[in-house]
Amino acid sequence: MEVLVFLVPLALVLGLLGLVGFLWSLRNGQYNDLEGAGWRAIADDDSVQDKPAP
Amino acid sequence: MQAARDFSHYVRDLGSGVSHIDLAVEGVSCAGCMSKIERALSALPDVTLARVNLTDRRVALEWKQGAHDPTRFIDRLAELGYKAYPFEPVRAEALETEQASFLLRCLGVAAFGAMNVMMLSVPVWSGNVTDMIPEQRDFFHWLSALIALPAAAYSGQPFFRSAFRALRARSTNMDVPISIGIVLALAMSVVETIHHAEHAYFDAALMLITFLVAGRYLDQSMRRRTRAVAGNLAALRGETATKFVGVDEISEVPIAAVQAGDIVLLRPGERSAVDGSVIEGRSKIDQSLITGETLPVKAGPGTAVYAGTLNLSGALRVRVSAASEGTLLSEIGRLLDNAVQARTRYVQLADRAARLYAPVVHAAALLTMLGWVAFGASWHDAIVMAIAVLIITCPCALGLAIPAVQTVVSGAMFRNGVLLNSGDAIERLADVDRAVFDKTGTLTLPELDVANAASIPAKMFELAGRLALASHHPVASAVARAAKAKTPLAGVEEITGQGVHGFVDGLEVRLGRPSFCGADYLANDILCRDPEASVVAFRHGETCHVFAVRQRLRPDAARAVAALQQCGIGVEILSGDRKPAVRHAAQSLGIHEWRAGVTPADKIARIDELKRHGVKVMMVGDGMNDAPALAAAHVSMSPATATHLSQATADLVFLGDRLTPVVAAIGFSRKALRLMRQNLWLAAVYNLLAVPLAIAGLATPLVAAAAMSGSSLLVILNALRAHRGVRELS
Repeated sequence: MEVLVFLVPLALVLGLLGLVGFLWSLRNGQYNDLEGAGWRAIADDDSVQDKPAP
Repeated sequence: MQAARDFSHYVRDLGSGVSHIDLAVEGVSCAGCMSKIERALSALPDVTLARVNLTDRRVALEWKQGAHDPTRFIDRLAELGYKAYPFEPVRAEALETEQASFLLRCLGVAAFGAMNVMMLSVPVWSGNVTDMIPEQRDFFHWLSALIALPAAAYSGQPFFRSAFRALRARSTNMDVPISIGIVLALAMSVVETIHHAEHAYFDAALMLITFLVAGRYLDQSMRRRTRAVAGNLAALRGETATKFVGVDEISEVPIAAVQAGDIVLLRPGERSAVDGSVIEGRSKIDQSLITGETLPVKAGPGTAVYAGTLNLSGALRVRVSAASEGTLLSEIGRLLDNAVQARTRYVQLADRAARLYAPVVHAAALLTMLGWVAFGASWHDAIVMAIAVLIITCPCALGLAIPAVQTVVSGAMFRNGVLLNSGDAIERLADVDRAVFDKTGTLTLPELDVANAASIPAKMFELAGRLALASHHPVASAVARAAKAKTPLAGVEEITGQGVHGFVDGLEVRLGRPSFCGADYLANDILCRDPEASVVAFRHGETCHVFAVRQRLRPDAARAVAALQQCGIGVEILSGDRKPAVRHAAQSLGIHEWRAGVTPADKIARIDELKRHGVKVMMVGDGMNDAPALAAAHVSMSPATATHLSQATADLVFLGDRLTPVVAAIGFSRKALRLMRQNLWLAAVYNLLAVPLAIAGLATPLVAAAAMSGSSLLVILNALRAHRGVRELS
């Protein structure tokens, strides 16, 4: 049972990491356009995303 | 005079030399458009960001300050075939976006807390029946408390705040029993943990919050999406004015940049976007959007012009007046306020359910406690039992029952070209038993059309259409549109008040007044048969043709009216137009009840009269004069071409040339109401099953978790059925 002393905090930290990730992505507006994001993932060309610096 | 377009009003300076603008774009519907637009705009030099939002149909653009004029982007988009217009999010929309992201944050925190507490609860549940020692259980409970208390404090804010507001105003709402339930569950769990008890309800409290916040978010996202698209429509209609910035210098500016006292130019064929009075020029104006009267009215210096007025023949200079006392707008505004107040008495289904809910549940908890004490249980046990009743009855399923259906149905309506302005519109639409239509712009198409197209040789029609492209006059535009003309004739001259003329293969062609083309006889012949029409004559060498231009009924109006009557909904017309015009429309649609020449106040009076007889009225209209009637009716609809005021007032907005969405919307809403009722019953049945368990003292945290998530899932699955059923219907 001593293993719980490591496993429980570990699980909590991982969960917290997930939460922080979620809040970060929310703040960055990643949920603003769910429809478009779906299509972007399967778009053929990457040039739209990575425009060479002028 | 070609006006410079000035959209600098919309450009935001982001600092560090970057400018930002949001454009509403029409016609973006797929991934192809998205990458096409982004590629084309990014290719312009010095553009640092071009990102399409497919949900809101908008483009966000950023570029090096001073490198571009925003009109450059709009022109580039026009070359690609998209109509775009600068867009400024209205305050209400910005607030809603902020609230949505707050709800999402709460949802994230609550879900995180619920999952982690559940991870700790499962070993406790299984440990209780096997070999867990009390120290381990306490350790797990304390850990749960450590997670649950801050998570609940944060993610419960939407409920706590609203409950606090309600209590301070000495009233209650659904959030009061919810908050009481959550707080009691947490407090009892802490007390039980301190006393080394077997059960703690931390997981139940967090699960409750998760489901309820999910319901709130669904409710919100439905309205937000509609508002975004409605905002685009308003922007795309391009409400600009041509303002004099010098004595003879003009500039096209957004309406937001026009103030009282400014002088604007109203060219032929333009719709006024401001209220004011004419100071120079003579013309005929069409006020059908405001008064419903289709025949043009003469305008000269001193004539009042209202937003929505169409200028027909000559250029006018208009001095802008503030829309203050005594104007038509303020009169309509006053009627509107009264009508809106009269309607707020409608109680939504969810609220009616909530009113029943709180006293019943609290009474059940109290009786449980007293009952157990009477049967000799200790106060501690009795209170635990009573709180268990509160927890298990907390309205998870009830909170999801209606938003889940609303979201699914509003999505289905959206795909059918109907936008919902408010969630409860679905409920109100479902029990409509009479539809009242405005005629001009609602039963008829908003734009004029050539009525006798079939009797004109195709070659002549095409030629006339190309000639018509040179004119701004709305009647000529109707000819050009009907002929599908794309290439204007070269060297065409316009003679003000008469028409346009040019040369084709050495022969003179003319388009304009019958007298200008020497076709009075032909024109009179047509006017005798069809006194409603406007005529425009066309001469090519020696041959003459006369086009009868008139308002045409929407292509499926007759079918839509018949479908409504089949559903048991009575149909009538209330129009500000003249009698013969309304009679003609009513007869060809098979509508027996109609009134012509009615004022905005008359419309309200008629609707009130119907209301007094217990009739649930749906008003469909587009004009400024319809706005008060739209607000007064039980539920209201507007086409997307309607004036801004009407659209803002209507509960639903439909897109496109057809009336079918009106019928479909009623079908959707009836289906939705059925599902909402089912969901409420499901929630009630769940309570009927769960409450006896709790009263009997059998509602352990495990039972509560299973029952609560089970009922919520059931309600969501039932709401998803709306999706399938609705598809069959459309």
